[in-house]
Amino acid sequence: MIEAKNISKSFGKLKALDSVSISCNSGECIALIGPNGSGKTTFIKSVLGLVVPDSGEILFNKKNITNDWKYRSQIGYMPQIGRYPDNMTIGQLIKMMKDIRKMDADNSDEELIHNFQLEKIFDKRMRTLSGGTRQKVSAALAFLFNPVVLILDEPTAGLDPVASEILKEKIIKEKQKGKLILITSHVLSELDDLISQLIYMQDGKLIVHKSIEELRTLTKEQKLSKAIAKLMIQSAGNE
Amino acid sequence: MNKVIKYVIIDILRNKIVVAYTIFLFIISFSVFSLEDNTAKGLLSLLNLILFIVPLVSIIFSTIYIYNSSEFIELLLSQPLKRKQIWLSLFSGLSVSMAFAYLIGTGIPLLIFEPSELGIIMVIIGCLLSIIFVAIAMLAAVSTRDKAKGIGVAILLWLYFALIFDGLVLFLLFQFEDYPLEKVMMLISAFNPIDLSRILILMQLDVSALMGYTGAVFKDFFGTGIGFIVALLTLLLWVYIPLLLSLRKFKRKDL
Amino acid sequence: MLILLFSFLLFTEARAAILKVGLHDSFHTIQAAIEHSNTGDTIIVESGIYYEHNLVINKSLTLLGKNQPILDGEHKFEIVSIKANRVLFDGFKLRHSGIATMTDPAGIKIYNVRNVTISNNVLDDTFFGIYTQNGKCCTIKNNSLKASGKEEQEIGNGIHCWKCDSMQITGNSISGHRDGIYFEFVTNSLISKNNSFGNLRYGLHFMFSNNDSYISNIFKNNGAGVAVMFTKGVKMINNTFEQNWGDASYGLLLKEISDSYILNNKFTENTTGIYMEGASRCHMQKNEFKNNGWAIKIQASCMDVTVTQNNFFGNTFDVGTNGTLVLNSFNSNYWDKYQGYDLNKDKTGDVPYRPISMFSMIIEKNPPAMILFRSIMVSLLDKTEKLIPTLTPENLKDETPLMKPLSL
Repeated sequence: MIEAKNISKSFGKLKALDSVSISCNSGECIALIGPNGSGKTTFIKSVLGLVVPDSGEILFNKKNITNDWKYRSQIGYMPQIGRYPDNMTIGQLIKMMKDIRKMDADNSDEELIHNFQLEKIFDKRMRTLSGGTRQKVSAALAFLFNPVVLILDEPTAGLDPVASEILKEKIIKEKQKGKLILITSHVLSELDDLISQLIYMQDGKLIVHKSIEELRTLTKEQKLSKAIAKLMIQSAGNE
Repeated sequence: MNKVIKYVIIDILRNKIVVAYTIFLFIISFSVFSLEDNTAKGLLSLLNLILFIVPLVSIIFSTIYIYNSSEFIELLLSQPLKRKQIWLSLFSGLSVSMAFAYLIGTGIPLLIFEPSELGIIMVIIGCLLSIIFVAIAMLAAVSTRDKAKGIGVAILLWLYFALIFDGLVLFLLFQFEDYPLEKVMMLISAFNPIDLSRILILMQLDVSALMGYTGAVFKDFFGTGIGFIVALLTLLLWVYIPLLLSLRKFKRKDL
Repeated sequence: MLILLFSFLLFTEARAAILKVGLHDSFHTIQAAIEHSNTGDTIIVESGIYYEHNLVINKSLTLLGKNQPILDGEHKFEIVSIKANRVLFDGFKLRHSGIATMTDPAGIKIYNVRNVTISNNVLDDTFFGIYTQNGKCCTIKNNSLKASGKEEQEIGNGIHCWKCDSMQITGNSISGHRDGIYFEFVTNSLISKNNSFGNLRYGLHFMFSNNDSYISNIFKNNGAGVAVMFTKGVKMINNTFEQNWGDASYGLLLKEISDSYILNNKFTENTTGIYMEGASRCHMQKNEFKNNGWAIKIQASCMDVTVTQNNFFGNTFDVGTNGTLVLNSFNSNYWDKYQGYDLNKDKTGDVPYRPISMFSMIIEKNPPAMILFRSIMVSLLDKTEKLIPTLTPENLKDETPLMKPLSL
């Protein structure tokens, strides 16, 4: 579904992505992990076209995304820090997004709006919202359009346990529909029961891309967090 | 496209600064006309307003708005929208707002007190200057990542067009005093939208003085229909070129 | 005495005959009527077109046109030549005079005579209009002159007076000539209530003509305005100078003028209202300068010119000069650009007004700088200059500027 070929990106001297090639298929739920500054967000932004890579190409459904924009209608994106126009209310924001995406009530997925009980605070302005509420809005927006691909950047950071649970359930539900879900996170335990594949990045390089089963056999650890910790130590040792 | 413009305009209007700007223009324009004993003096004060305040507010507000909308832009960019479309929508929204503010704030008093060719030209030119400085602001904003730096660049650009450019021209005029510079001056004025606008208004305002020899050269060009159209087209270029450059930069910009 | 005078009048009246010229009258040409007339006769000319070649009036006659008979010069002749004293020529239309730069043919030419009256005639397409040489006590009244030359050399002056004395030029309308009214060596004369417009060179051209007055005339849209030169004792009162546009065009050009008065005139929308060069002992009072490029340009060669109690409105520049020497005085004028205050309420401003802006000095030196006019930088320069004069003449100022315009 998404295929990145040798993409590189530098911000000044910093090499955010160094010849990264990743291929993601639908039906998978992929965790993208790595330490801070490892290039996870840059990779996601590249896929979304927010960041233009210096070299390499990204294919979406086998089509190059450079100068394309229509493919984004198939992606739901939940940013790490949801930043929205300050003066808009939640209601206006959602209405606007529907308007821009030309959605109507029939084909939009308002389950999360409902479950997060966002309707109650529809007239609150975005600048007055707490970080957690913003995350809820971001999540609701990502799922709103029933996209084939979901890209969630640190989805559970800042969410209270209840909301976090609601979101997790939603992710599982969508995964079962055969969607491709890409999650970055460093709260490893949260991901345990969700993911089917794992990508580990460090210093802009792709270190590991393996399915969970492979990983478990490789590290002989049942618990994902432990398997990853082992992986990190290994890669540190290699250097 | 239209939808995005709609939300940009709604957002700008919610900002209240544009509303305050409109009211400010309106109060100034009205008081200028009612305090001065003749309209001619009112027009002169208004000329300074158009050449000084309008570009300043236009460029500063637009620059700040672009920086403050980075969230909004980011949100829009993750949607199935073309970058070009988003950028042009921002431009249209800002232009419409600034031009509209000018139209209400200054255009109406102007047309009430001076319902002549001059009044209409001043309205058109004020709108054009508003839009030109929106375009320049967008170029400044897209070129620098840092907000403080961007606003600094915008202020410098304004200072350059409003003041420094004329200083340089005066310096040149005295350096090359022995050469016939009239035609060159007309060309040079094309490089500053504020100057060009000023000259167009001058053609109406100081027609008697401009019939002197040098003035006659300017008058012969700008005073004719063709010259006027050329000048207006040049002003439109001042919208088009910065906008085009900013768009090219925006298309490659990382967010 | 009275009876004597009355009987004298009766006597002359009895002697005077009336001769009629027309298609159905005894005379078919005016020339024939003149030949058969005696001094003091009246010739009445019926309407019609007359081709008289050069009509010479060599007797003291009264010629009256009835319903404006037309005298046509066929582009070859001087139409009427007056060579006798006490001629009255009234009510004709003259057209198509000859054109020659050596002999200067005119519609009507008055040769070395006195007490001639030319009134109520219409002149169309004549080379010179009404030309007086060496005339005395002649009256040129209520005529309308129109020419349509394109180049200065193919057209003569409207009312042209050379070496005359005690002339009265009143109520004429002159357009399309080289100079509307031309005076050279003309003394003790009056030019009043004329309307001189759209002439190629000057509306009024005035040289070596002492002790003349011109009053209540309108000079509009002439190539170079009005020029008054090399003359003393001129009174210019209640005239209007309007829309004289061009680099060398002035509402009023004063060159080498002395002991003259300029009172109650209106200068509107001229490139330069008054341009003064070598003027001395001139007094300007109660004039209005409105919407001119420069209201007054006063060259450093002028002295003892007093400018007092005038109104200045909406001029691009109030005063311009070419040097820092000022031997003239500006007092108690109203300047609309004055920004001072009147704390002691004596209706004059408490700080002097400097009518010369720095930028007008800059333009004097460097005309293309006009392109920067009204730019913010120039306004700033002007403001600083007002505080600390460096370029502008320090003593050119109005110490008692009026707070309110004079009602004129």
